[in-house]
Amino acid sequence: MAVKFEKKGEGSYMLDVCGYVCPHPQIYTKKSLEKISSGDILEVVFDNPSSGETIVQMCESAGHEVMEKKQEGSKLIYVIKKG
Amino acid sequence: MDIEKRNKVWAFVITGILILISLLYYKSNPYYMYLVTYIWFGVAYGMMLQYGRFCFASASRDLFAAGVPRMAVGILIALVFFSLIQAGLAATNMSTFHPAPFGIQTLISGVIFGVGMVLAGGCASGSLYKIGEGNGTSILSILGISFGQAVFVDLGGVFNKLLPQSWVDSALSKRIPHEKLTSWFDYYLVGYVWNKPTVLLSKTKFIASNFEGASKYFVGNALLNAIIPAVLVMIIIYVVYIRKGFLKKREREGGSRGLGADLSGIWSMITASKRTSLMGVLIGITAGIHIYAMKGMQLRFGVRNFGQLLTRMGHTEDVSIWGTVFDPGYWYITSQEAQFGAWVLEKFGWNMRDNVFFGVNNGLPEPWRNPALWMSVGIIFGAMIMALLNREFKFKMPKGELIVWGLLGGTLMGLGSRPALGCNIGAFFIRVAGGDPGGWLFGAGMVTGAFVGVKFFNWWTERKMAKEMEDFDIEL
Repeated sequence: MAVKFEKKGEGSYMLDVCGYVCPHPQIYTKKSLEKISSGDILEVVFDNPSSGETIVQMCESAGHEVMEKKQEGSKLIYVIKKG
Repeated sequence: MDIEKRNKVWAFVITGILILISLLYYKSNPYYMYLVTYIWFGVAYGMMLQYGRFCFASASRDLFAAGVPRMAVGILIALVFFSLIQAGLAATNMSTFHPAPFGIQTLISGVIFGVGMVLAGGCASGSLYKIGEGNGTSILSILGISFGQAVFVDLGGVFNKLLPQSWVDSALSKRIPHEKLTSWFDYYLVGYVWNKPTVLLSKTKFIASNFEGASKYFVGNALLNAIIPAVLVMIIIYVVYIRKGFLKKREREGGSRGLGADLSGIWSMITASKRTSLMGVLIGITAGIHIYAMKGMQLRFGVRNFGQLLTRMGHTEDVSIWGTVFDPGYWYITSQEAQFGAWVLEKFGWNMRDNVFFGVNNGLPEPWRNPALWMSVGIIFGAMIMALLNREFKFKMPKGELIVWGLLGGTLMGLGSRPALGCNIGAFFIRVAGGDPGGWLFGAGMVTGAFVGVKFFNWWTERKMAKEMEDFDIEL
């Protein structure tokens, strides 16, 4: 089972953790945000609803901005700007 | 039909099936209303757990791994409300709560359970509600809990040689048929755990002599054992994880420091996840009403255990030699899963009744006559109904590493919950709110175990991310 981390463009990344359940989506999101630079955009794609609430709070307390929350079928896509 | 409509139809179909099952039970024998009560409280728990993403594993895990206190706060809120209702029920003699033996075994078991719940990705109750979301890994966790416990309580042979002689002597001196003392767990339970004292703060000399009537339950059990410690833990979480960031932000916005600032910081922590905190309140209240309802059922039918009703209905093969089955009288998770595991193993020829856990204490009813197991089934379907209504249901087949984590974590939860006589619900939540300080011992162990589990996952994730990111211009 693989985690997908892709560079979409300059300062823009995508993390796909579909299929993963708690706690993996939130830990991979945290690790990814630690690796990219301030102002970069991370699009997190996941399908474990229980992780969403934690990802939002984690971003709020760390000063990152959740710019967009989308749902495509059972996939959740959160667009986060690193603070 | 679009997905949203189809989901709604399924939610109504499941609800309809549960109503039909309830009516069939009632028609078969009104005594089954006892069992039906468990089903519907299970459904209510499942709906609230799913809506609030209420999982005891995430309470400590998200705190350690991501600095998010949402779930820890939710549980502490639930504890406060549940403890007040439990005190009221104890004061009116309507409580089914009983404290468990107090000792170091509770702490050690909590550590094992804590590691297990982080690996599995959910606690005992969390894994059930996540099955309702379609999470296949949680199915494996529950299978691990079920079979892990069933095998654990029945192991004898070489394991019995490791037992201290004092446990054996003590067990043999008690009025338990010796043919039922076969596994190492039998001797541990009868010869060690049953010798430990039980502590209920309302019954301690200090509380009982200083507070009369109902006040001893509210002061001893609720205030001292649950509310004050819960508030203290909340303050510690605020100071360690939230305070610095909150005050910085407040200063940037022109606010000042001081007690007022800290109080609003604590309030903002409580309200940060409204759905979790709100469900904390509702779960606490529901768990209290559940106790009231079960006590009412017991009074209505003139029994203290569902095994008596099964015996009246002629199902004597379901009950233990004491005529009982596992019937906690409140929210509880793991023992019924152990019964399910044992029931399956019996079909393969394993004698599961030659031990104290099933043979003397809990019985081994057919799953469809097992009241607590129906509560677990209710949790799964309650969560499924809620997930379907919110477009959050998706079946996810466990793959790769998740299979290992699910099974291993579930088994560890099983191994941790049996020696403690309960899980995150029975050994922690119910005990703490009921006035038994032993619950905090399990909680402390559970948090310590979760810390170890998080350390492991941090290392694992770091390793995988490094591989994934090696092609990019990112400092690793």
